[in-house]
Amino acid sequence: MLRDITLGQYYQAQSPIHRLDPRVKLAGTLIYVITLFFYKNFAGYALAILFLALVIRLSKVPFKFMVRGMKSILFLLMITVLFSLFTTPGTPVVTFWKLKITAEGTKVAVSMVLRLTLLVIGSSLMTLTTTPNNLTDGMEKGLGFSKVFKVPVHDIAMMMSIALRFIPILLEETDKIMKAQMARGADFESGNLIQRAKAMVPLLVPLFISAFRRANDLAMAMEARCYRGGEGRTKMNPLKYKGRDYLGYLILLLFMVISIWVGRLELPMLTI
Amino acid sequence: MGNIVRTDNLVHEYERRDEEGNSIGVTTAVDHVSLDVKEGTFIAILGHNGSGKSTLAKHINAILAPTDGTVWVDGLDTKQEENLWEVRQRAGMVFQNPDNQIIGQVVEEDVGFGPENMGVPTKEIWERVEESLKAVGMYEYRKHSPNKLSGGQKQRVSIAGVLAMHPKVIVLDEPTAMLDPGGRKEVIRAARGLNQVEGVTVILITHYMEEIVHADRVFVMDHGKVAMEGTPREIFSQVERLKELRLAVPQVTLLAHELKQAGIPLPDGILTRKELVEAITAVSRE
Repeated sequence: MLRDITLGQYYQAQSPIHRLDPRVKLAGTLIYVITLFFYKNFAGYALAILFLALVIRLSKVPFKFMVRGMKSILFLLMITVLFSLFTTPGTPVVTFWKLKITAEGTKVAVSMVLRLTLLVIGSSLMTLTTTPNNLTDGMEKGLGFSKVFKVPVHDIAMMMSIALRFIPILLEETDKIMKAQMARGADFESGNLIQRAKAMVPLLVPLFISAFRRANDLAMAMEARCYRGGEGRTKMNPLKYKGRDYLGYLILLLFMVISIWVGRLELPMLTI
Repeated sequence: MGNIVRTDNLVHEYERRDEEGNSIGVTTAVDHVSLDVKEGTFIAILGHNGSGKSTLAKHINAILAPTDGTVWVDGLDTKQEENLWEVRQRAGMVFQNPDNQIIGQVVEEDVGFGPENMGVPTKEIWERVEESLKAVGMYEYRKHSPNKLSGGQKQRVSIAGVLAMHPKVIVLDEPTAMLDPGGRKEVIRAARGLNQVEGVTVILITHYMEEIVHADRVFVMDHGKVAMEGTPREIFSQVERLKELRLAVPQVTLLAHELKQAGIPLPDGILTRKELVEAITAVSRE
């Protein structure tokens, strides 16, 4: 049952977005998210929606995969809407008891929903079109400049890729330990939350012990193969920018400039 | 041909500690071992659990440093800090648990890990990965995830990973202990292939006697010391001594030994079924 969990949410397809350098996609997501916070009218959001829709079309990832990510923030979205509806001061539209919905509040609520939705869909598009491996590579190379500030970029990237490699192995092990404990009468399924949490202890202790043992073995195996950190290391798949990546950057920059300009225009009807 | 690995009075001691971490004594895992390994040979080191064979293996790869004595790999003293990476490149090591030594998420990526660490140029890494995977017969699996392979296949990938570093010696530390009989055969065949085709010196550490039949030279370890040394035939001819050392003699050899004790005049140190059949037909013909 535990084996069904898929890692990340990569969607395999052949598309120009999939082929982009992971650094472009990382930077693009960052630019997109930041841009969303600059808009002062709905025209900006319209542009952002249009842009995202185009990129999704290009990526060939079915739209339902994007919506999947939305489920997790549904609750957050509802709270945000309620708060901005009732707490924004201004001209009341609907009033009942002590609560009043203001016209300004409605606008804020709509813009908040748009912002959060675009933010989540925009960033899930990146994880949907980039393999975890590629993503760590992109982060290592793209954040390479922070080495100047003593940020151990290579080490973090290595840890991430090792974690990704070991998640399925540890899941399998959990499964095995669980079955072994169940064979000896352990009960993981019944009881209230606290009882079930307590039942996890005999599962977690052996799991942790074996994880540490594995880590020790792995460290030795890595050292035996001359691993000594990122210094002097070459790459089997070095990241190199191609023409399309520069084009990607250019489009992103254009989008940022134009949509922020439009988004901050004084449009009486559309101002938030 | 020179000696690729040489140990001179090698001693390794572990400090034993109780639950609070206080020292409660010293265990000598390797006790004054001196051995020479000729370049291009297939060496087997046998011993039961706790005989010190794995500790000895880790000295060849400079994972452990000697408490006393010296280890030379291709003329380099493993105790010298500046030789460390050079030694690890020349003496590759394959460990027991296949899951705990594969780093990459794709087979070819894992094989490239060693060369990447050594700073080999990208184009050459790909060449090395290809030739190493072909040498162990795993080339068609290069795009697979290691998690989907069998134990024997994982160990072959591990061997390819070491081979891609172009070592002179490969130390296999009980590579078959966690495998089923089929996987065990696969790995041993791959190791023999490396030795015969690629000319790499192979040091196989094991407690399965069947696996040492083709070795050029065998060392049997017991209590940290070399208890026996010789060709497989010389070793197998001393069935009683092997039993004393708590090693399981292969069935064929054991049968031949029992027959001989029962009065049938068979030669000593029969290793394979074919040899036994021939010996028995020769006897019955007389």
